[in-house]
Amino acid sequence: MTDEPLLRVSALSKFYGSRVGCDNVSFDLWPGEVLAVVGESGSGKTTLLNCLSTRLLPSSGTASYRMRDGQFRELYRMSEAERRFLMRTDWGFVHQNPADGLRMTVSAGANVGERLMAVGDRHYGKIRATAVDWLSRVEIEEDRIDDEPRAFSGGMRQRLQIARNLVTGPRLVFMDEPTGGLDVSVQARLLDLLRGLVTDLGLAAIVVTHDLAVARLLSQRMMVMKDGRVVESGLTDRVLDDPRAPYTQLLVSSILQV
Amino acid sequence: MPTPLVVSDVAKSFTMHLRDGIKLPVVAGVSFSIRAGECTVLGGPSGAGKSSILKMLYGNYAVDEGQIIVNHEDGLIDLANASPRTVLAVRRQTIGYVSQFLRTVPRVSALDVVAEPLVERGENRETARGKARALLAQLNLPEKLWALPPATFSGGEQQRVNIARGFITEHPILLLDEPTASLDATNRDVVIELIAAKKAAGVALLGIFHDHDVREAVADRIIDVTAFAPGKLAA
Amino acid sequence: MTDIATYNFAYLDEQTKRMIRRAILKGIAIPGYQVPFASREMPMPYGWGTGGVQVTASIIGPDDVLKVIDQGADDTTNAVSIRAFFKKVANVAVTTDTATATIIQTRHRIPEHPLTAGQVLVYQVPIPEPLRFLEPRETETRKMHALEEYGLMHVKLYEDIAKHGRIATTYAYPVKVEGRYVMDPSPTPKFDNPKMHRSPALQLFGAGREKRIYAVPPFTDVVSLDFEDHPFEVQTFDQPCALCAAENVYLDEVILDDHGGHMFVCSDTDHCEKRRADGHRGHLAPETTEPAQ
Repeated sequence: MTDEPLLRVSALSKFYGSRVGCDNVSFDLWPGEVLAVVGESGSGKTTLLNCLSTRLLPSSGTASYRMRDGQFRELYRMSEAERRFLMRTDWGFVHQNPADGLRMTVSAGANVGERLMAVGDRHYGKIRATAVDWLSRVEIEEDRIDDEPRAFSGGMRQRLQIARNLVTGPRLVFMDEPTGGLDVSVQARLLDLLRGLVTDLGLAAIVVTHDLAVARLLSQRMMVMKDGRVVESGLTDRVLDDPRAPYTQLLVSSILQV
Repeated sequence: MPTPLVVSDVAKSFTMHLRDGIKLPVVAGVSFSIRAGECTVLGGPSGAGKSSILKMLYGNYAVDEGQIIVNHEDGLIDLANASPRTVLAVRRQTIGYVSQFLRTVPRVSALDVVAEPLVERGENRETARGKARALLAQLNLPEKLWALPPATFSGGEQQRVNIARGFITEHPILLLDEPTASLDATNRDVVIELIAAKKAAGVALLGIFHDHDVREAVADRIIDVTAFAPGKLAA
Repeated sequence: MTDIATYNFAYLDEQTKRMIRRAILKGIAIPGYQVPFASREMPMPYGWGTGGVQVTASIIGPDDVLKVIDQGADDTTNAVSIRAFFKKVANVAVTTDTATATIIQTRHRIPEHPLTAGQVLVYQVPIPEPLRFLEPRETETRKMHALEEYGLMHVKLYEDIAKHGRIATTYAYPVKVEGRYVMDPSPTPKFDNPKMHRSPALQLFGAGREKRIYAVPPFTDVVSLDFEDHPFEVQTFDQPCALCAAENVYLDEVILDDHGGHMFVCSDTDHCEKRRADGHRGHLAPETTEPAQ
């Protein structure tokens, strides 16, 4: 295991005019580590995620990423071409709404294969074999490979989106409420699947969620955000079992016990 | 052999922000050390802070004051001020923990729940499963349950899975939070055997045992936690 | 002779022609890149070749000889009208003979007779953006071209193979120009794609409604996209032209009666007529030497 982080974030802020998106966020993320970012709507967690994934440029602050050659690159100084290349090779982004992350009018197989073709794979048979393999890893039957995601249930679409993102073997995956909008039974299956994939592949992930149970199941570390600021961070079980900040205590005490 | 764990002047309180910020002191002035090859037992009535101490040692509770020095990979680390990443490394390599209750994960079989800590330490999955099978058999968990997720198991069955998960690794320090609470006599004896084996292997154990017989059987030393009651130090 | 005094030469005003020539020059300088231009209203509806006509009007000179084809034919309404238009507004010589033409405006075909250096082929283009049907946002497709993100093109071909067992795209088959830009060759049959590769003629593409011009300079690499295990192939026909017996040319199916009678004949009428004049005979060719029509 390397002693260098994968991502270094320092004093990241994003303002929308005078409104605060996120304010002065700093953290390091190591390979294989899952960081949960929790907070209510409007707490800035999605703004933070969008800044980190360079879908949004921050107002100030820096984020540097350790490329596969071991060199750190300042994300916001990279050219758009480099960032987009990173985005479709070494990174993944799982949207809350699968329709935002999938091509709804092309088949499941092509959805999975697109990234491979984007990085220059030109062998149909191999692309298809890889797609079949990934569909099975996300528990989608092989005979659905030529169906469009429009014909899939919400849970299947989300699993397809995950396969589409992981096919190039990314080292960092961003997830925005990956289980939002799914039935609880479907959620459990997806969480379990994600947990397994993250462990097996040694992925680092930043998961934005308002669901503390999701955070507990998926992440080792957690940041609690409120009004754009990080009010508490630490080991996930420490933050949940011994919440220190007033807001975290409120969050934890608001969980419904089943 | 160096002392594996030294606790000095540790204090812990809870601040209840939702109740006008009232401060509930739990323990203060906690100082003790544990030794390799021994089972140290935290004694005292319920609410004295035994569980809180264990949780601080595992990094599960934050520490207000003091130091928890652990011998981790031939270096000394203060767990009270360690980064989350360091705490995770300590948990992976140095300190094992058997909690009171098993936190189940949907769809993961009992066998894999038990094998997981070994796999995390880099053990081959099949080897880890082999060890898990041996432990579960020793703890008399019916074989037909091994492939099932433990969520629907009885309390005693879950606890045996939990114990197996805690004992499968070779962590030099093992924390035990009432591991025998919901076990029958036969399985209590198995746990006593397991603890004896750990001691023989040079593991430093620290536990809470409400069951008098078990405590008598395993304890080399008893630390009375009431000595760390916060009132004794502060106002 | 037609009186052209009421029109500026070749219909367009000089400023417009300069603007279009600049777009053409930029297109030639960046092979395959779609150059936006201020497309003008033309005295014909969109879809009838307004883009091609503007390009032709901007490059034509009094000494040029113009040929216009529509799906390979010199004698369809579209081709006849555009030829008549330029005869009237530029007073240029027109021809149906591929070899003698200096400018050939085409809709959806490349002539069978090999083009030569000095000739200009002007394509009428309905939709210039090859990525359009996969990515509807123009802002995004421009970015994809800029960053050479062409994975999507192969997604389309992948879908073809997944659905049909082979690449079923038969026209507007995407090509990569000079190893850089992916280009829509306009709805020509893919049969013609190999003719674009390193052609000695200059190829210009005009899309009037979409306001884009692009170009392939002479001797430029034009490679059809494909997969290693599903290589690009042109259509093949299992019979020769019914009129001139030509093989390895692109054939049209012609319905002869309402009882299912049909024949396959050259899509390139000039080519077919020349062959018949040279004495080639297909199995349905009339005995006389008069044209089949």
